[in-house]
Amino acid sequence: MIRTLIELTKIDGVSGDEEQVRKYIEERVEKYGLEHMTDTIGNLIVRAGENSGNLKVMLAAHMDEVGLIINHITDNGKLKFAAVGGFDTRILTGQHVRIGDSKIPGVIGYKSIHLQEKKERESAVKQKDLYIDIGAKDREDAEKYIKLGDFAAFSSEPVFFGKNRLKAKALDDRAGCAVLLELVKEKWPFELYACFTVQEEVGLRGATVAAKRVAPDIAVVIEGTTCADVPEVSGHEISTEIGKGPALTFIDRTAIADSILLRHFESTAKKESIPFQWKQTVSGGNDAGKIQVSGSGVRVIAVSVPCRYIHSPVSVLDIYDLENTKELVKKALLTLPLVFDGRQKND
Amino acid sequence: MRTDTLLEQLCKINAIAGFEASASNEIKEIFGRYCDKVWVDTFYNVIGYKKGSSKNGKKIMITAHYDQIGLIVTGYEKNGFLRVSNLGGVDTKALLAREVTVHGEKDVFGVIGAKPPHLLSGDEMKKNVKLTDLFIDTGLPDEELIETVAVGDPVSINSQFVRMVNGCAAGRNLDNRCGVAACVLALEKLKNIEHENDVYVIATVQEEAGLIGAISSSYNIEPDIAVVIDVCHGDMPEADKASTFTLGKGVPVGVGPAFNKNVTQQLLKLADQEGIPTQLCVEAGDPGTEAWAIQVSGMGIAVVEVCIPLRYMHTGAELVNLEDVDTAAALVSKFAAGRTVRLSKEDADDTDTD
Repeated sequence: MIRTLIELTKIDGVSGDEEQVRKYIEERVEKYGLEHMTDTIGNLIVRAGENSGNLKVMLAAHMDEVGLIINHITDNGKLKFAAVGGFDTRILTGQHVRIGDSKIPGVIGYKSIHLQEKKERESAVKQKDLYIDIGAKDREDAEKYIKLGDFAAFSSEPVFFGKNRLKAKALDDRAGCAVLLELVKEKWPFELYACFTVQEEVGLRGATVAAKRVAPDIAVVIEGTTCADVPEVSGHEISTEIGKGPALTFIDRTAIADSILLRHFESTAKKESIPFQWKQTVSGGNDAGKIQVSGSGVRVIAVSVPCRYIHSPVSVLDIYDLENTKELVKKALLTLPLVFDGRQKND
Repeated sequence: MRTDTLLEQLCKINAIAGFEASASNEIKEIFGRYCDKVWVDTFYNVIGYKKGSSKNGKKIMITAHYDQIGLIVTGYEKNGFLRVSNLGGVDTKALLAREVTVHGEKDVFGVIGAKPPHLLSGDEMKKNVKLTDLFIDTGLPDEELIETVAVGDPVSINSQFVRMVNGCAAGRNLDNRCGVAACVLALEKLKNIEHENDVYVIATVQEEAGLIGAISSSYNIEPDIAVVIDVCHGDMPEADKASTFTLGKGVPVGVGPAFNKNVTQQLLKLADQEGIPTQLCVEAGDPGTEAWAIQVSGMGIAVVEVCIPLRYMHTGAELVNLEDVDTAAALVSKFAAGRTVRLSKEDADDTDTD
């Protein structure tokens, strides 16, 4: 699974431009001989379970990542951009990016520190004052390589470091994609659809329509989530801790988890001795928010891999957290029919 | 040697100001290919010597510093984190979400983190992050970290070297590995030329920490003339035009009190004759380069400066046009090999035949 994740983080797929990620996943599920389809918005829906049970389960992980989109080329050949998805724009100055289908290398520029006045040195650079430099002489020259609407992704290669840590871009949510690619290989005693969704970062767009197509009883969203167990942060603000297992969310800004599912995942973790933790801040949101209110309603739960420095080119996860996320979801799903046996699925 | 390949190799080397020892051998090996003699001095300045053919030749010293800015470990935090301070003029704007290598007992990979944005107030988000607010995440258990990394260990900031459109390249350490590359390319050109002047090409240390290497080199070599190769600010849209220079439009040559007017005029004339494009880089006083220190070394040395324009200095996204590196090498090698250098009236009588 970790190999898969490494390969997935090497691919660029800013929200709205997920094609390359989808292609990779599609090739994999084809190898597994699984039935799959891509819908209008670009979600890849893979059918993995049997039709035998009376339960329909949706797994969701999003393929897109935060990034930039080029919206203007200046006379002197610099590229102005807008942020796609939400992230800390203070990280942008001096980053390397790759732009468009031909992956034109660029750097995000701002005048050198030597030329900044004291006040400028003390304040963060506004995103609107930044630009991408590809080395073009002027607008005409830049237009040979770049067109408006081209997406730019952070250029960051995966690296193993420390004890069991992986640094890469787009761990949110290629980690979820990697888990899903493992889970689809299992034998499931119910109908299961693995949905690799698009445009989560710009408003949970893909999941909105995927959930309508699948119309599941239950949905499990597998995510990368904030992890702030770092110096300068204490107590409840820590949210999740790296290396302490998958995080279960009881509430975030988009959804309140289904309590039966939540207890089932909790007891599974305890029974199977899989480490887990609660996400302790009511922050962020994910595809669960849209899936929950889809159709006549869906029971949802989000299981997340803690990621430090999420939404940056150097996000970090613990490989055992990834492994345990897969284990917990797998074990909890296998016993799902027992929990919902005889119970009204949508009561 | 291909300029991009050479520069890529040079930029990968870690030589943080004051910690150049391990890098000096690699530079020595490269210089050695083209010199009569090469050695490393007490400070880890790397000196390549190319003997001149005439007793009347001048002693010319060409310097380019090979040290780089970086960080230094100042302390530990629980759970595998380190605190750092700066070595040289680090721009903290370009430190968030970056990768580093901590040079401890062995090299340790880390990423730079800070308090996450969702926990900052609107006001805090508007401020530039301070170095004291940052930490390095090594991902190591504390015992292992303390065993491997000591307070005072240097930290280099990682960044890739990328080839860009238009013969440009971007990455870290281009300040001043561009200058070192120009030195190597100049040596390569001089290798098969017989020249009168004794030429000392020096990759100097600790420029970023106070021009230390240039001072000790000048003292040791006692040259007649020094040529400093360093980067200057490239054209950036929001920067003052007078302090910045267009990439690929010729190498800026220093003009102002730091530079010997007579020798600078000769350098510019030579460039003109050889069709080598130059610009003028006007410095009203301290140019912020080794020229300032060399000029007043010993009993005084005539200094000239050749610059390579570079954008986004002191970040991992420094950007240059490779053509400028070639141009600098062409000009410096012609100058070193030439018979046109005159320091006094007698010199002028001797050589001024045209």
